[in-house]
Amino acid sequence: MPRVEFTPILRRHLPTPTAEVEGDTVRAVLDAVFAEHPALRGYILDDQGAVRLHVAIFVDGEPLIDRDTLSDAVGPRGEVFVMQALSGG
Amino acid sequence: MATLYVSTRKGLFTLTRGASGWGIAGVKFLGDPVATALPLADGGLLAALDLGHFGVKMHRRSKDGAWTELPAPAYPPQPEADPNEERPDVKWSLERVWILEQGGDGAVWAGTLPGGLFRSDDAGETWALNEALWNRPERRQWFGGGNVLPAMHSVSIDPRDPKSLTVAISCGGVWHTDDAGATWALRTEGMFADYMPPEQRTASAIQDPHRLVACAADPDTLWVQHHNGIFHSTNRGKQWRYLEPAPSAFGFAVAVHPKDPKTAWFVPAVKDECRVPVEGAVVVNRTRDGGETFETLRDGLPQTHAYDLTYRHALDVDDTGDVLAFGSTTGGLWITENGGDDWQLVSAHLPPIYAVRFGA
Repeated sequence: MPRVEFTPILRRHLPTPTAEVEGDTVRAVLDAVFAEHPALRGYILDDQGAVRLHVAIFVDGEPLIDRDTLSDAVGPRGEVFVMQALSGG
Repeated sequence: MATLYVSTRKGLFTLTRGASGWGIAGVKFLGDPVATALPLADGGLLAALDLGHFGVKMHRRSKDGAWTELPAPAYPPQPEADPNEERPDVKWSLERVWILEQGGDGAVWAGTLPGGLFRSDDAGETWALNEALWNRPERRQWFGGGNVLPAMHSVSIDPRDPKSLTVAISCGGVWHTDDAGATWALRTEGMFADYMPPEQRTASAIQDPHRLVACAADPDTLWVQHHNGIFHSTNRGKQWRYLEPAPSAFGFAVAVHPKDPKTAWFVPAVKDECRVPVEGAVVVNRTRDGGETFETLRDGLPQTHAYDLTYRHALDVDDTGDVLAFGSTTGGLWITENGGDDWQLVSAHLPPIYAVRFGA
């Protein structure tokens, strides 16, 4: 199953356990995580479901391309990292 | 106990009045930007954080002191882009909760960036966008002032009737409703905007009120610190009168005496393109005769090489009208207990101050 890991910076605000969840797109795996941790969604996505401007997501080390609908594919052993972009602050 | 909540770029500070004066009693959310905080009628407190990277977060403290994170207001799904219907730079997504107010019926209202007004009937558990105002065609004319996005910073709820609200937007004018937000009308007659092309100078939905406040005892009296000066109304915004006191009519903050509609305070700066105190001296301007005359109050305030700017929510008056506080972008916080005749420095080293608010 794909593995999802979150920046430790988020732990100041809420629990962000590393998760192994079903899904073949970034949207699907993140939705699976948010189903277990609904408060986390608003930290990562904006009101329209796009990735927040200052959040970066990597899939197997490559930056997410579709930041609006998160349709990038994730393989069965894919690794998704949700990071804080080095901007703003 | 008299309490002052100070929202800053690096946390929410609570100040209390002890036997020897005002002092910092505690800090919550240290390190995180807090845009505003609202003492609730039930003894609780609602705080709006603006985490930047991770968005707006709402937290509520119950009257027994326990904090809980609540869902933030959220904009509804944005319709498919239509260049004639929506500006391309306005995304229907919450950027900041800039003002929180509670009416006599218990409803909590939130003014936000990018300009939407939200209502909660359960003290922040759930929120609903006021679609009547959001869907007004004039919203296409709104633009940012200071911020990139249009921003609702003032929500004045009539204490005589919680269905009567007057809101102000930078830059989107002053809007009024008498039916709890079902219908809205612009109220900017008499205002002008020198930052616009001449033919747009008196247009309504582009006015930049920086802050709007109403007298609690006489809610028909409104005071506005506007981008172009001070405006005063005695008929709840149906008509505005321009005032231009020395040393400057420019500024962001205004407070009005809760019992005396003719008394109001302002914290001026040089002008829009030079946002520092006039001649490096921090002052408060006070009128006690409805704007006929102004006094410039300086006692206890730094008068040389002071570059403290006071943002629009960083001045407040308590319910006696005697105690006022204001804070600055460079972390200075001053309090008066005699209506501004003299001021005490409470701290010169707080984080940049966004908002101050008295509570019980």
